[in-house]
Amino acid sequence: MPATPTPEIRYSRDHEWVRLDGDIATVGITDHAQTALGDLVFVELPAIDRTLEAGEACAVVESVKAASDVFAPLAGKVVETNQAVVDEPAVVNADAEGEGWLFRLELDDPAAVDALMDATGYAAFLEEEGA
Amino acid sequence: MPEPILADPAALRRTPLDAWHRAQGARMVPFAGYAMPVQYAPPPALAARCRGGVLAEHLHCRTRAALFDVSHMGQAWLTGPGAAAALERLVPGDIAGLPPGHQRYTLLTNAAGGILDDLMVANTGEGRLFIVVNASRKDADFAHIAAALPPGVRLEPLADRALLALQGPEAAAVLRRLCAPAAALPFLGVAALPVAGTDCLISRSGYTGEDGFELSVPAAGAEALAEALLAEPEVAPAGLGARDSLRLEAGLCLYGSDIDTETTPVEGGLAWTIGKRRRQDWGFPGAAIIRAQIESGPARRRVGLRPEGRAPVRAGAPILDVDGVAVGTVTSGLFSPSLNAPIAMGYVQRACAGPAIRLALHLRGAAVPAVVVRLPFVPHRYVA
Repeated sequence: MPATPTPEIRYSRDHEWVRLDGDIATVGITDHAQTALGDLVFVELPAIDRTLEAGEACAVVESVKAASDVFAPLAGKVVETNQAVVDEPAVVNADAEGEGWLFRLELDDPAAVDALMDATGYAAFLEEEGA
Repeated sequence: MPEPILADPAALRRTPLDAWHRAQGARMVPFAGYAMPVQYAPPPALAARCRGGVLAEHLHCRTRAALFDVSHMGQAWLTGPGAAAALERLVPGDIAGLPPGHQRYTLLTNAAGGILDDLMVANTGEGRLFIVVNASRKDADFAHIAAALPPGVRLEPLADRALLALQGPEAAAVLRRLCAPAAALPFLGVAALPVAGTDCLISRSGYTGEDGFELSVPAAGAEALAEALLAEPEVAPAGLGARDSLRLEAGLCLYGSDIDTETTPVEGGLAWTIGKRRRQDWGFPGAAIIRAQIESGPARRRVGLRPEGRAPVRAGAPILDVDGVAVGTVTSGLFSPSLNAPIAMGYVQRACAGPAIRLALHLRGAAVPAVVVRLPFVPHRYVA
């Protein structure tokens, strides 16, 4: 069971989550996404200071069989990446929406986070997708 | 790419073990027109044995014994006087010289020397051959074989049989308890034997590089057989995900990826399947082209590749030489659970096909250094 989502966590249609702290957004893949991907064996994260457009492919998570792009859910500049998941990709499987975070963005527009889904909206979205 | 058979999940064919897979927590995916388990999330009692998922299922097969459902594959009898000679007109393998109780890997070739499919052929005695072909090719293969048969030789596809594979270093110990004569079979030996009250056709073979067995069983007995095998403490179910990573570590070809009508047995490193006698009669499709490639070397060869770093390089990635010139293409690539590193196979120009030659693989705009290695990546551990 995933942990009860905190109210400020938001979700993208590409199955990323965002947690906002001031104008810094922590980004990861959702628990649903890690389950769908299966055991991760490789994670590639964006370079620090890279500027990302919303929707830009910026990271890669790979299982034994397949590679999946991770998209920037919001526009901003990469200020921190999580070396722990690069060293041990299984951390993402174990705690996708916590310890398994991928990178932190300094957002161009923190208010843009409101356009993302909340936990209820994401749950409905998953149901719609037939997950 | 249009895949009309897969468009409607309800149109997928189901193996006789469909309900059994779901009870084991399988995640079912479309594969070759069938709903097949790609991996399992086993119920608690079984998860203590193997937690499920591609990595754990793969490693369980390398250390203990994994049970695969491969009922999607095509099984058929080829019977009648001259069955072996008839099949030899389609394959370069020595089928007439296959002793009763033995099985052999061979290839259906076309007039251009390309590979129509790879298959296993067993001589079960009394002039009967038992063949197993790939799921994705079975309709085409059976039509192709049937069209080439002389009067009196009959191809009888077996749509009402399941095929289970029990693979791993402890597979023989498991089967010894359930059917002692099966555990005494030599590598590629075949025998009709009862297991768990059901008559099976058992061969000591597989697609993982481990010792193991494939059990052909009437559909009605498949679930009882799977239950009997799973009741043994060494056994855990494994899906198509682990099957693919196991076969790639073992350096074995996947039809449609590593071999197809555009590749020849010589390019694919499968010239060893051409029987000694067949190299005298050269009486199989594409023989002239294949013979010329044996004599003067093929333009390209299938090789094993070890990319540097941890990033898996997937099928389709261009292979470059150290100067950045394209010399080939990756045909299979994934992260090897046993080696904890990426591995790949692909075709490269002959000059680049030697062990230890340094190449590079194109990945997301970068060139990942890679070295050509001998196959298999993980040593085979077949029974002596």
